[in-house]
Amino acid sequence: MTTVSDHPAARMGLDDARHRLWAAVRTGDESAAYGVARDALESGWQVEEVLLDLIAAVQVKVGTEWAADRMTVAQEHTATAIHERVVAAVAHHRAVPAAPHRGRVTVACVDGDWHALPARLLAEVLRQRGWQPDFLGAHVPTPHLVAHLHRTGPRAVALSASISTHLPTAHAAITACRATGVPVVAGGAAFGPGGRYARALGADLWAPDARSAAEALEGGIAGHRPAVAGPPADDLRHLADQEYTYVAGNGRRLVRETLARLADRFPPMRDYSDRQRERTAEDIAHIVDHLGTALYVGDGELFTGFIGWTADILEARNVPAVCLHPALDLLADQLKDFPRALHMLAEARAALASRTSAPTTPGPGKRA
Amino acid sequence: MDTTNQSPAGPRGVLVDASWGTAPCPVVVADSTGRVVELNTAARFVFPDAVPGARLGEVAPGWFAEAHRRTAAPGAVLPVVPARTTCGTVGDRTFEAHPSVAADGDVVWWFVDHTDRRLAEEALAGERRRAAVLAGAFSALLSSLNVERCMEVTARMAAEHLAEAAVVVAPGRGRAHSLTYCGPDGEVVHRMVQADVELMPGLGEALRGFPPVPSRWIDPAAVPDWAVPPDLTGPVGSVVVTPLPGHGVPAGALVLLRSGATTAFTDDEEVFARLFAARAGAAISAARMYAEQAAVTTTLMRELLPPQLHSVNGVDFAGAYRASGQSERVGGDFYDVHPAADEGQESLVVLGDVCGKGLEAAVLTGKIRNTLQALLPLADDHQRLLGLLNGSLINSHHTRFATLALASVSRRGSAVRLRVTSAGHQPPLIVRADGLVEKAATRGSLVGVFEDITSTTAVVELAPGETCLFFTDGITEARGGPLGDEMFGLARLEATFAECAGMPAEAIVEHIQMLATQWLGGGSHDDMAVVAVSAPHHAHLSAVDGHTRGRYTA
Repeated sequence: MTTVSDHPAARMGLDDARHRLWAAVRTGDESAAYGVARDALESGWQVEEVLLDLIAAVQVKVGTEWAADRMTVAQEHTATAIHERVVAAVAHHRAVPAAPHRGRVTVACVDGDWHALPARLLAEVLRQRGWQPDFLGAHVPTPHLVAHLHRTGPRAVALSASISTHLPTAHAAITACRATGVPVVAGGAAFGPGGRYARALGADLWAPDARSAAEALEGGIAGHRPAVAGPPADDLRHLADQEYTYVAGNGRRLVRETLARLADRFPPMRDYSDRQRERTAEDIAHIVDHLGTALYVGDGELFTGFIGWTADILEARNVPAVCLHPALDLLADQLKDFPRALHMLAEARAALASRTSAPTTPGPGKRA
Repeated sequence: MDTTNQSPAGPRGVLVDASWGTAPCPVVVADSTGRVVELNTAARFVFPDAVPGARLGEVAPGWFAEAHRRTAAPGAVLPVVPARTTCGTVGDRTFEAHPSVAADGDVVWWFVDHTDRRLAEEALAGERRRAAVLAGAFSALLSSLNVERCMEVTARMAAEHLAEAAVVVAPGRGRAHSLTYCGPDGEVVHRMVQADVELMPGLGEALRGFPPVPSRWIDPAAVPDWAVPPDLTGPVGSVVVTPLPGHGVPAGALVLLRSGATTAFTDDEEVFARLFAARAGAAISAARMYAEQAAVTTTLMRELLPPQLHSVNGVDFAGAYRASGQSERVGGDFYDVHPAADEGQESLVVLGDVCGKGLEAAVLTGKIRNTLQALLPLADDHQRLLGLLNGSLINSHHTRFATLALASVSRRGSAVRLRVTSAGHQPPLIVRADGLVEKAATRGSLVGVFEDITSTTAVVELAPGETCLFFTDGITEARGGPLGDEMFGLARLEATFAECAGMPAEAIVEHIQMLATQWLGGGSHDDMAVVAVSAPHHAHLSAVDGHTRGRYTA
């Protein structure tokens, strides 16, 4: 991207802009937040730079601050909502440089995924670059997505998934899109480090960020016609062992059983309030869901990574991470006949045991 | 086959004897200098000029003379390697020539006519190729219900497998026609063309669904420029125009072109083109029918879809909706905000739930929403409004009933005032700036069942950062949770809502809808609708820099 160099005002510094926007969204000050974006634009920033180098960067900080318990859920939602509004305002701040000439692209989040902002940013970046994006928003049911493809015949679909437990749904969505002859660019944290799950789930391409996604589309993936009705991916051959099917199908029963036995193993639980008990049940449910997803993609690191991230989150909220051990043990008791699941549980347990302090690593995404 | 080891040839100069002289397969004996020594009766029919003493190069095809030269190397008494069988044509037949070398260097050539087998093999390979093309076309065409995509696939496959270039002509309106071109390079181009299709020989007939005009009747010189893909180099040599048969009406026409340098279309190719066109036409018609149905549905649905809410006169409104069915967009829940014309007047917000789900319930929500729209001038008096709505529902043929909550909302300084009335609906919740959650003190009868209905109206004042939340029972009755069988429930909703103090309206509806959906964990659910009415925390952007509000909320 080129920048406007002959602008009269001095170009606002990157750190200065991020600092001001962060201050505004942290206090829920929408007009101040818009003021930062407007000042940046008027000092010569490109719209794409404001979207990606400013707003997206500060949104990442919102996520890490929440994970470190330095921001409440309400503050986080407020900040995100303000970012959404600023994106809309910035996108219409200036006329788009060129009339759409690159064709239509559908941008959507997989069903169940509520993190609309990254996909929305991509849609606006594509619009700036001359595409005609249809942004379908967060949690788009796959049948709606497919109906949209039939109706509009886009050159490609950009599919966003932020949380790894949506990978099986993302797989169904990718397969359905490609079956209509439309190539899929996958993006978002759910697809793992380096997008390792995107290929296994059949995506034509993975993009680490909005700029690479736009470049991938410009590089000609759009319009490339995926072969329809191909054989199922070899990468998922392990699904034949039915371990995923069992864990996903009996997930809630596993949670109930684990919770019931946990009180015996973990004495402090006996004094839990209903609210605490429910939180614990939710944590176990997340563990089971992630175990299921790890079985689906056949990667124990997904599960180990989630357990490490959960430990960070718990410790940031002064809950000792050791409380995860009994839950993992109880799940192993119930999954005796499932070697892949047992192996993953054992690896996660070992990783947990080797934790010394609480390093804050970026997690797979925010939790509800 | 290797026949070199037992030579059936007799000694040189021996006359043709009965053993092979009358054999049905042609036999030629030639010596190491390439002269014919002897040949049998069958061979004389194949090589009429061949007589003993003649040079093979003069009386037989080149491939045979060459094979003989290689086999009967001069001076070689015995071949060092087994002689090889060769194939070639003689006239319109093809033969395999099997040599056997005698001790004196003569070679006896046994000819086997395999013309029929070759033709059969070629026919089989051709059929396989066509079947593969059709299967490929089938799966590519069936995968899409998009008309443009189907035309694209048709043009590309036709250019690749049937001709050098192809043009798909969609039936037009008047002179305007949508054309999809694909040339030898496989690039597909769509173009709208203003043209008289009658100028292209055979095209008018094809678009009217008449049987195709045979290719040989079409003068390539008469093909107008607009019917030729831009990248077809050289003048058009031959053309096939075939209809794309549709459901009753033609789906268009397929034009196949070859440039002058290449061969004309055979009858077989024309028949195959028709076969291909039948499948392509069926797919394009299905896609067109889907597009028409989808357009009708979209138009009819537009009135039933929940509206996009935004801020009105300094009050923030936000709504979220999720229909029960995975593939449905509408259902029995509904909401509307009817903005006031002026700042001081009241806007009306309505949220309701019609008994039932799916399209039928959605149609009744449309009726209720229209009725309320018509009754807007009477919106000051909620009881009268509900009474009139009740009357209209009782008198209609619908047997369903509805519950709803409505509020007249106006801005008073920095605060927002609501007059809230419930008609058999859960009273809305209010979250105060400190996180305290209250329930609006309103109750009333549902509408559409009883002749006489009553209701009470509560007045709610919202300070900046406070929100009033309307919701349907799809939220509170969402069943799931970490243990799988619990209701989300009012208590959990209130606890969640308490955490929303100070949040913007759209963040609140999104948060609550997200938690309820996650609670379901993929299980089935009723329609879910949420509307938040908030007194904004901060001064409005419109007050800051003079832009209109709408620009910021998109």
